[in-house]
Amino acid sequence: MDFSLTAEHEMVQKMVRDFAQREVAPTIKEWDRKQDMAPHILPRMGKLGILGVCFPVRYGGQGMDFISLGLVCEELEAVDTTLRVVMSVHTGLAGLTILQWGTNEQKKRFLEPLAHGDLIGCGAFTEPGAGSDIAAIQATGKRDGDQYILNGEKMWISLATKADIAIVTVRTIPDAAKSSRSLSTFVVDLHSPGVTTGDIHGKLGVRAGSTGWISLQDVRVPVENRIGEEGEGFKVTMSALDSGRYTVAAGATGLIRASLKASVDYANERRAFGEPIAKHQLIQVKIARMAQDYEIARLLYLKAGWLKNQGVRNTRETSMAKQFATAASFTAASEAIQVHGAYGYSDEYDVERFMRNARGALIYEGSNEIQILIQADYALGHRRDKPLRCEMPVYDPIDWQEA
Amino acid sequence: MANKIFVYIDHFGGQVLPASWEAVGVARSLADQLSSGVTAVVLGHEVEGIANQSIEYGADQVLLGDDPELKDYRPELFAGTLSHLAAEAQVLILPTTSRTRELAGMVAVDLETGMAPDVISFEIDGDAVLATRPIYAGKLLTKVVCREKRPQIITLQTRAFPKPEPESDRSGEVVRVEVVIGEIVTEVTGYKPSEAGVSLADAAIIVSGGRGVSNNPKLTPPNEITDEKEQEIWRSQQGFALVRDLAETLGAAMGASRAAVDAGYIPYAHQVGQTGKVVSPDLYVACGISGAIQHLAGMRTSKMIVAINRDSEAPIFKLARFGVAGDLFDIVPALTQALKERLGK
Amino acid sequence: MNIVVCVKQTPDTAATVSVEDGVVSWGDSPLVLNPWDEYAVEEALRIREAHSGQVTALSLGPEAAMEALKLALAMGCEQAILINDPALEDADPLVVSKVLAAAINKIGEVDLVLFGRGSVDNDTGITGPQVARRLNWPVLSLVADITSLDPEGRTIAVERMLDEGRQLVRGPLPAVVSVVKGINEPRYPSFMGIRKASRSEIPIWSTADIGLDEVPTPAMTWPEIFAPTKVETECEMIEGETPEEVAARLADRLIEEKVI
Repeated sequence: MDFSLTAEHEMVQKMVRDFAQREVAPTIKEWDRKQDMAPHILPRMGKLGILGVCFPVRYGGQGMDFISLGLVCEELEAVDTTLRVVMSVHTGLAGLTILQWGTNEQKKRFLEPLAHGDLIGCGAFTEPGAGSDIAAIQATGKRDGDQYILNGEKMWISLATKADIAIVTVRTIPDAAKSSRSLSTFVVDLHSPGVTTGDIHGKLGVRAGSTGWISLQDVRVPVENRIGEEGEGFKVTMSALDSGRYTVAAGATGLIRASLKASVDYANERRAFGEPIAKHQLIQVKIARMAQDYEIARLLYLKAGWLKNQGVRNTRETSMAKQFATAASFTAASEAIQVHGAYGYSDEYDVERFMRNARGALIYEGSNEIQILIQADYALGHRRDKPLRCEMPVYDPIDWQEA
Repeated sequence: MANKIFVYIDHFGGQVLPASWEAVGVARSLADQLSSGVTAVVLGHEVEGIANQSIEYGADQVLLGDDPELKDYRPELFAGTLSHLAAEAQVLILPTTSRTRELAGMVAVDLETGMAPDVISFEIDGDAVLATRPIYAGKLLTKVVCREKRPQIITLQTRAFPKPEPESDRSGEVVRVEVVIGEIVTEVTGYKPSEAGVSLADAAIIVSGGRGVSNNPKLTPPNEITDEKEQEIWRSQQGFALVRDLAETLGAAMGASRAAVDAGYIPYAHQVGQTGKVVSPDLYVACGISGAIQHLAGMRTSKMIVAINRDSEAPIFKLARFGVAGDLFDIVPALTQALKERLGK
Repeated sequence: MNIVVCVKQTPDTAATVSVEDGVVSWGDSPLVLNPWDEYAVEEALRIREAHSGQVTALSLGPEAAMEALKLALAMGCEQAILINDPALEDADPLVVSKVLAAAINKIGEVDLVLFGRGSVDNDTGITGPQVARRLNWPVLSLVADITSLDPEGRTIAVERMLDEGRQLVRGPLPAVVSVVKGINEPRYPSFMGIRKASRSEIPIWSTADIGLDEVPTPAMTWPEIFAPTKVETECEMIEGETPEEVAARLADRLIEEKVI
């Protein structure tokens, strides 16, 4: 048992913290108000290697482990959720899904540009009428020689308008016995004819990010862009969500930390009734709760990351980490506003943004209700992990760092 | 008997820095306490006038090293001569400037003695000077002393000590000395004028702008500027123009927060704070600066601080004597106007 | 180019620094590579990238200062050396300069030594010039730009940032240069660099290792460290209906207070 981070982990943490603090924090409020993503963020994250932090070096990545990925997400979301969302959809949904299910050729073709940020990726699963119920996906893919023709609408897609490629799951076998066997997943070039994308404005949170829709009209996708076998789309999508959820869990942990820090700083400064409000017990309750939640959330995601490193399935642990951390991050941000009083309600301070940003994660990458059902199913023995045809590779530093 | 107290007169372009006279004032009072005299050291070329001025400000004797080779300040040449001249002194006092800090340090090596820069106060303890200087950019203070070795070398923080009034009838002797010119290795090839206008170091008034100067919602950048970053820079230039107007009205130096410098709004020469200049003016006007700990460390000893900031809870107000919770884009031009009227400009 | 960059570990500038019984503490703020030294490391790396050669990060400090050296390695320095000797605990600038100069001599055939303009803790800003003096090399301090560097011709030309403007100076190599912020934009360590740094063994040199038979006695002592007295200012908020009214009141108050 060793709870300490390695020197390597600590340096990764510091490097990403410095990046986020120096290059994003000073202007994040302005971008949040503008409801737009600062244009320098994606290129910088690519150049610094953050986007491919946990891909093997031979695929253009940095060869770091899954704990590092979690630490990166924690640091990024401590500044703004939109940064972590990039990791969730680009590195998680797109990159790690290709790493897990892709052929060697696909890994070479897609992971390298993703790692450097030369291509931006996203995951397009949800639809106007299909969220948690992935099996209800309406978008279709029809085989036509060595191509598929894709049609349908994807909604609530982060980076929809910024991405070059999307991992898209559609129905290719309409008459399959089980609807979960009817799906297939593809890498879709978003610059192909028939693809249109747009941003959704008026969101409660993650306003300095991009969330949008992708419309597919007779989009031709070569068969060599199919990730996994025909009909394996449900499993591929579930794996993608496992990867994405892990980043959400780690990020939400960072949001709890940021709310805690803002609250501690403010409580020590602000005076009421002749003393700093940090001396008030009802304020202390809030601070103690945030501190505790941070610790729990951190232990949960680091354990999930450790399991990922070992190559052990972690759907259950990642689900717990995601649900706990996101719920706690919303509570922490809301309580941080309470600590700040009326000032917390204004956008002069960060905490109102924290709360708006935290809210979405209770819904996306599998709503927290779905997470509870997953956990109950495991506990009751209704759900058991079956081996997948392609498991996420075990993290082996020597192999991952080989050029 | 030779004088125990030596003071070095720093000058640039024929002008003596006011901080040098502050140092002469300190040397004078120290010499009076120790019943000794003050020897000023003036090095340069065609600087005899400065030697005479030094007497007016309080020196009893001036050692004048006047040589064409000393036209431009070069540390090796100046340190060699100063070490030679001040070797027998008990205390060597210098102002703290961008020349004298290193000069004092190099003399300390030559004479194998102690050196304390940025001294803000001192007391006499036996035959030693117990000096107080800021560390951690003034978050803490430390007393330092050099007990055994002589001379004790201190450089004084600018504006920490009063500047004496010159007395034109003071008398003293000017002694021309040989300068120690060893092998000359460096060559000064030119100067570029300051980016900063009035120097922050010895400004009596400083007007500073923060990152907020680029946030004027009422401004629309011209159409030809399409790049977001360039638009931001354009906005910041409009904002700093307001700050500059106020500074010019007050005859003040213009400062900036680290955030404004890092965002590329204004050159580093203007930065006030822990990684910029530590300043101590009579009046410090902070416009759109919330007061990060690093910034406060660099200006907290200002005699009076005025804060203009939208957020009335900002830390800067804790140090301020006067505060305005308002938009700098409204308040600063109005203040410039009000001051112009009152100062008859 | 054989470049040595001298670095120091300091508390973060965001730290709230306090003192109790003469012991300085900075709460849970991290210790970092002295921010000014980051510019020196970056400049060293840029020179090496332009002219080839190697960069050695050198630090005198406690064993914890390894962390600062590791950052320098992660940024791209080829090697790092820590000088650590219990006898150096009370070292003053005079001793520090002697030790660093001895270490630079031991490294041998050094063309250029870089420093940050000072450290954010003691902030004397004289270590670079003092080391230069001991080495009997020219010092180019407060450098805002290295305008030319010719390793074959053995010359360097710089712009120094004086209070009055920039001074343009040319000198020979080897030389000691101290740099100011603004000379460059320091890079972040790369992930590759982080891995290399976290696995590297940093040699520790004692005073004996660098050929100092006896540890020099410091000339300076610090009998007392204390917090400055808190100036209690009551902030008078100036209010009014219009900006003009606020400005008029503020201007009147400033004139009353005789600060302008």
